[in-house]
Amino acid sequence: MVIIGLILSRSEAELSKIRTARNRALPRQVIAGMAFVSGFCIMTIEMLGVRILSPYFGGSLSVWGSIITIFMLALALGYLFGGRLSTHNPSAATFALFFIGAGAFSLPVILLADPIMRPIFLTIEDPRYGSLFAAIFLFFIPTSILGMISPYAVRLMVQHEEQSGQMAGLLYFVSTLGSAAGTLGTSFYFVLWFEVNQILWGTVAILILSGGLILAAHTLLNLQSFKSSSGQANSA
Amino acid sequence: MPRVLQSIICLMLVATAAMGETLHEERSRYRDITVTQVGERRCLLFNVHRGDRNQTCVMVNERERLVFDYTRMSFAGLLLNPSPQRILIIGLGGGSIPLTFSDLFPEATIDIVEIDAAVVNVAEEYFFFEETANMRVFVDDGRPFIKRAGLRGQTYDYVVLDAFSGDYIPEHMLTREFLQEVQAIMTEESVLVANTFTSSRLYDHESVTWQRAFGEFFNFKLPTSGNRIIIAWMQSLPPRSEMVDRAQDLSERLKKYDVPLLEYPRRLSTRVDWDMSRRELTDQYSPGNLLLGN
Repeated sequence: MVIIGLILSRSEAELSKIRTARNRALPRQVIAGMAFVSGFCIMTIEMLGVRILSPYFGGSLSVWGSIITIFMLALALGYLFGGRLSTHNPSAATFALFFIGAGAFSLPVILLADPIMRPIFLTIEDPRYGSLFAAIFLFFIPTSILGMISPYAVRLMVQHEEQSGQMAGLLYFVSTLGSAAGTLGTSFYFVLWFEVNQILWGTVAILILSGGLILAAHTLLNLQSFKSSSGQANSA
Repeated sequence: MPRVLQSIICLMLVATAAMGETLHEERSRYRDITVTQVGERRCLLFNVHRGDRNQTCVMVNERERLVFDYTRMSFAGLLLNPSPQRILIIGLGGGSIPLTFSDLFPEATIDIVEIDAAVVNVAEEYFFFEETANMRVFVDDGRPFIKRAGLRGQTYDYVVLDAFSGDYIPEHMLTREFLQEVQAIMTEESVLVANTFTSSRLYDHESVTWQRAFGEFFNFKLPTSGNRIIIAWMQSLPPRSEMVDRAQDLSERLKKYDVPLLEYPRRLSTRVDWDMSRRELTDQYSPGNLLLGN
């Protein structure tokens, strides 16, 4: 009973938040576009994972297994925390922070890959566990931050309860399309055109620019709504 | 239409006849493994459905005879180092290269690295391969094995790179960083022999990479084979006369394996027959399998 009461009271509080947030919500196209970007970046980094780990741990099936396992675990945790965060005053600023944070925490993959992998290679003889630990240290944090984006985006897009399934479906659709594009682009073309670190720098740049774009769109919208609401106040 | 059908059926019949009797079929973690036998010739095939060639063949009645050019060519490194004592072979296949080495140099220690445990079992069961006190197989990826050996200060005086996965050599074993790790397990006397293909754009990229790592190296091709064997070592390359002398000393001992060593010295070339403007392969840039198709 207490739990149901809590849920009810929270949904009441949330409803009021939705009402205040409605006029300064990000356009759906922007949110969906960002979901595409997150899916794209996740798979670009994942596809490069084997290239990064193979000099130390080889290119065996178990190295692929390590990378996919860690990405799945990181995403799972990201989904959970992203969903939870979306219940506390969801804002475009926090949404933007996910992108900037993911970009920043991807930097060790570029700058510290060797210092991270060398001690692991030296202490763990079994390449299965070696690659598993290396994947944790390199990829866990940026991937879990990227995982927070989707559930948070659902929260930003849903304005009525009855839309929630539709919006979640749309976001899964778009972010998975992004993942497909990232997988294909990286494995077919990017590795042929660029060095691994150049692709990673590109990914970091896209993430940070996306964060900036969200903040810019949010600021512009708030300015507009401020103007229009102050205009209304004047006419009254 | 019936004629098309007829010819298809004909082709299938020819193909099955050429494949002979299938002794063993297995889908391992890395590949489809097939063992076939036609007459006395028993062959190991990988990914037969994709039309790959034989990896290795033995004559069951003349086990010592090496059937393929590239296997025989792998012994050309003896022209540089005629009496190796510590041998490393990356990629087991049917095991004919290590078996020949162990027969030739019973005192030498031979380490073999093979990523696929199923290949080791098939080599033992069908290709007369057997580990001995001097010959050990490590089920591991070649690159970490070599990196670790280098860190431990282990050295080998004859290294054979013969690792193939899917279409070609795994991408992380084509890079300059990998060759530098191989150099770390070599001494002044060590010779490095690598089995590569001559076709495809990758030839240029590979050659540029080897050149950056070793300076000059021997390019060893035969008109009868699509393989290019790279022979490199840490010193400046020996004059041909020296290799001819070695070939004369060794050729008798190699006769029973069908290795025509006397013909090899004149085939070892240092001529640059690749496009030197091609990009070097590194851990940062190694789209090996994408370049293979072009």
